[in-house]
Amino acid sequence: MQHYLSLFVASVFVENMALAFFLGMCTFLAVSKKVSSAIGLGIAVIAVLVITVPVNNLLLTYLLDEGALTWTGLPGAENIDLSFLGYLSYIGVIAAIVQIMEMFLDKYVPALYNALGVFLPLITVNCAILGATLFMSERNYNFGESVVYGLGAGVGWALAITALAGIREKLKYSDVPASLQGLGITFITVGLMSLGFMSFSGIQL
Amino acid sequence: MSAPTPKGVLVTPIFKNNPIALQILGICSALAVTSSMSVSLVMTLAVMFVTALSSFFVSLIRHHIPSSIRIIVQMTIIASLVIVVDQLLKAYAYDMSKQLSVFVGLIITNCIVMGRAEGFAMTNSPGLSFLDGIGNGMGYGFILMTVSFFRELLGSGSVFGFTVLQTVQNGGWYVPNGLLLLPPSAFFIIGLLIWAMRAINPEQVEETEFKMKENTQPKEAV
Repeated sequence: MQHYLSLFVASVFVENMALAFFLGMCTFLAVSKKVSSAIGLGIAVIAVLVITVPVNNLLLTYLLDEGALTWTGLPGAENIDLSFLGYLSYIGVIAAIVQIMEMFLDKYVPALYNALGVFLPLITVNCAILGATLFMSERNYNFGESVVYGLGAGVGWALAITALAGIREKLKYSDVPASLQGLGITFITVGLMSLGFMSFSGIQL
Repeated sequence: MSAPTPKGVLVTPIFKNNPIALQILGICSALAVTSSMSVSLVMTLAVMFVTALSSFFVSLIRHHIPSSIRIIVQMTIIASLVIVVDQLLKAYAYDMSKQLSVFVGLIITNCIVMGRAEGFAMTNSPGLSFLDGIGNGMGYGFILMTVSFFRELLGSGSVFGFTVLQTVQNGGWYVPNGLLLLPPSAFFIIGLLIWAMRAINPEQVEETEFKMKENTQPKEAV
């Protein structure tokens, strides 16, 4: 239990997807102009990460990894290593799950669908989703760990984008040099936030 | 916009219409690999290869892709090319592929690749799309190399691993600035780079959402 808790805290703060690994930057910078839309996107990312990371974990353990096909009982199955197909399968799974989630929400939870609607398709190409899956496979997380890691990574990302949107809402009233306006000052703000989050890296878990 | 010329598509993405500085595309992977120049160079080449070839192939079959599934088709082409790059790196430059870790895989979701396939290759001929891919790869590489040049030079006193500024640890005079090896410095450098590029090309400056009234005290405006 303690192990899971420390993994969660580490993935939210110490290894924050957006501020320590720069993942999901494109949407991070593009959708952080308003707090409300930032929260919407953040929630969508959490939901997708919690589902996709464990599913990709199952895919890796039972289909792609070296010797993963042993359970089929086919002759020579223990020598099959399909891990080179990883990228292709992961991105397929992510695209499919996002699509299914969209259809599911549309049918059963229309209110949430209307709130998240525009953000869901964007998530397929969000590097944070694929990044979390790749970190999961690189660090050999088991199924339980991958659930916790997916949740933690999502919460961390949502936290970062909401905080940035809060700052940017205030920032638009300030007198920024003309050429630094918009993207430039946002980068510097994110740099300072990232510097702040680095203070967590001293935590021993 | 006039019809794209081969030279135009190759050169404009580098300064005038830089994918990173102007379109905020593909920053995700750009920042994490810039702490040393050789790693950035490999990353640039990988992105250039994937962007050029994916644009080429997408453009080649653009009349046969039904528009409802075009994203999936593009994704598949891109992911297959990235697998090729990844396998090549693992086979011939294993140390490098360890250093790049997940960021090779993240080329798949690099918005530049997807953006060029969707925005340019779907409407232009294969040859031109190929050049456009190379051009955008170079635009990406330009930012990447600039950022990594400053980070490596000031952070560890070397360029491409060759010592330029002798650091104090090795008996020299230069005290390396550790901040530049940490992630936040990449943001600062890109921010300043965008500032410089927009100061040179004022037409790239973004419109302000709120204009402060003349002669207003800052505290009145809040």
